[in-house]
Amino acid sequence: MSVFINKDTKVIVQGITGKTALFHTKQMLEYGTKIVGGTSPGKGGTEVEGVPVFNTVSEAVKATGANASVIYVPAPFAADAIIEAVDAELDLVICITEHIPVLDMVKVKRYMEGKKTRLVGPNCPGVITADECKIGIMPGYIHKKGHVGVVSRSGTLTYEAVHQLTQAGIGQTTAVGIGGDPVNGTNFIDVLKAFNEDPETYAVIMIGEIGGTAEEEAAQWIKANMTKPVVGFIGGRTAPPGKRMGHAGAIISGGKGTADEKIRVMNECGIQVADTPSVIGETLINVLKEKGLYEKCKTH
Amino acid sequence: MNIHEYQGKELLRKYGVSVPDGKVAFTVDEAVQAAKELNSNVVVVKAQIHAGGRGKAGGVKIAKNLDEVRTYAGELLGKTLVTHQTGPEGKEVKRLLIEKGCDIKKEYYIGIVLDRATSRVTLMASSEGGMEIEEVAEKTPEKIFKETIDPLIGLAPFQARRIAFNIGIPKELVNQAVKFMTGLYTVFVEKDCSIAEINPLVITGDGKVMALDAKLNFDSNALYRHPDILEYRDLDEEDPKEIEASKYDLSYIKLNGNIGCMVNGAGLAMATMDIIKYYGGEPANFLDVGGGATAEKVTEAFKIILSDNNVKGIFVNIFGGIMKCDVIATGVVEAAKQIGLSVPLVVRLEGTNVELGKNILHESGLNIVPAESMADGAQKIVDLVGK
Repeated sequence: MSVFINKDTKVIVQGITGKTALFHTKQMLEYGTKIVGGTSPGKGGTEVEGVPVFNTVSEAVKATGANASVIYVPAPFAADAIIEAVDAELDLVICITEHIPVLDMVKVKRYMEGKKTRLVGPNCPGVITADECKIGIMPGYIHKKGHVGVVSRSGTLTYEAVHQLTQAGIGQTTAVGIGGDPVNGTNFIDVLKAFNEDPETYAVIMIGEIGGTAEEEAAQWIKANMTKPVVGFIGGRTAPPGKRMGHAGAIISGGKGTADEKIRVMNECGIQVADTPSVIGETLINVLKEKGLYEKCKTH
Repeated sequence: MNIHEYQGKELLRKYGVSVPDGKVAFTVDEAVQAAKELNSNVVVVKAQIHAGGRGKAGGVKIAKNLDEVRTYAGELLGKTLVTHQTGPEGKEVKRLLIEKGCDIKKEYYIGIVLDRATSRVTLMASSEGGMEIEEVAEKTPEKIFKETIDPLIGLAPFQARRIAFNIGIPKELVNQAVKFMTGLYTVFVEKDCSIAEINPLVITGDGKVMALDAKLNFDSNALYRHPDILEYRDLDEEDPKEIEASKYDLSYIKLNGNIGCMVNGAGLAMATMDIIKYYGGEPANFLDVGGGATAEKVTEAFKIILSDNNVKGIFVNIFGGIMKCDVIATGVVEAAKQIGLSVPLVVRLEGTNVELGKNILHESGLNIVPAESMADGAQKIVDLVGK
């Protein structure tokens, strides 16, 4: 089991003929992801990497039976691409594109109300279920099948945590990058709920960063609902207030959104938080040992 | 992106939001000329810098005649203002806003921001004008009123009316206040603002609702569709190294420490600063080279880090996913050769093509200290800089 995606997920790539999209389509195919089609307006009827290209998402869905899409189109057109995918009633849309104007995302979120589609991102590395399906830009080889779920606002920090786990012989179910933007689709709580319900996931790593209060809300949710151990890490303890640290959402404003406050609330809710990014794996392993889950999570 | 108060007011005026008459001045003579044209008994001379708290720092003067305008303009131009938002180094005043004085009866606060929790734009208002909204939120939260705006409807007139009544705008001025808020919301969405804050909003003795101050910030991701806003950019207000970095699409923020950092990914870059601090060092910068960096971009990033004279050592921390380690290594070697490596350099490479990358560094013959992990690298650079 896993969350959101598995070996049966059929994916179309929106904007498949772009340079980045082509590179990652190849990588995803190599990983074993079922890429069944792509879209590129005006290039319908052609083929790239052995994958059929369509003019519109609805056409692609009709022809291929796809239930998920991944978006690599440039920022000015990305909000429209998300709406097109929602209109085609896909189950899952993963938007990799960064630098989407935030007011575009406000409209997208409003449009999605009451619709069935789940959006992950934007500005995220994607979602990967180890050995089954990789949708996004993460390096596939660092992942290993197992029992730990990972959810994160940051791409490279996810790689860092996953790498530490794999090195220590601890595999993962699914790693979900929810993205670094202030307005996104799937949030921490959505992913935690899914991990809580997934029988194969025994423990979760949650990686947050400065800005907003999503980590605090997630911590409260964990305290009230989560039946599995969660360990955390928060990036940006040393970030100065009022400056955007790369991610559009990573900003301390009006004294709100500091790392210290997030860590305080997480600790209060029973979540162990790693002191440095180098010990995220170690912190989880200690908790697994405490809870008697280590042997079950260790891959032999 | 931030703009100056006078630019914000210029924009508000175009959207029918009333602001006092005023003009920008870059010299003392221009200031006097502007005051003459305003033809008013009282003129306000306001320092224009991208920071709040100017009044308390002595950056706002009331002049009763042209001689006083001349004196104050002379005092303020070229002066370094230190406010709670500028940092201890302060900011030099290069522009003034010369504005018609007005007879203030009461001050209010109106702000429009993005509320991350609801993913909606929110209008906030309070009867406590002139105070910082964070302070009001802490001490008297019951005095703040909010309206969440549906992006498909926009700010509904009833919402603006409700706000006006809630904060106690006199009823004969409510319609003016509604027009004011509607105009402000229109600017916000049409120009992709991230903040539009009017503090204070005033009502005057002659029955007008006006923006006495204006703070507008813009979503940098949306500037591509607003060339008019981009023209408001004032490079004097930005760090030259940050400007240089933005030319190469590098995300760089200068900090006060002495260990330069070059990292891929915003989250890892923040965490790298944190771990340097954890081991007793001080980061000199935040720098995310991004996922698609080329060797040339890495070279430029290196030059920018080294142009900071405080830098006594560099820590390169790369987890190659999309970013290949050999590309980073080539860039680092190239940069070191071009500019000469005068400070210790610790490099931690992990991920895609890591062996290729390590070989390139090793064969370069440069004095590069390899690190096995993030923690190892952070400890090594802190030690080397400390010596």
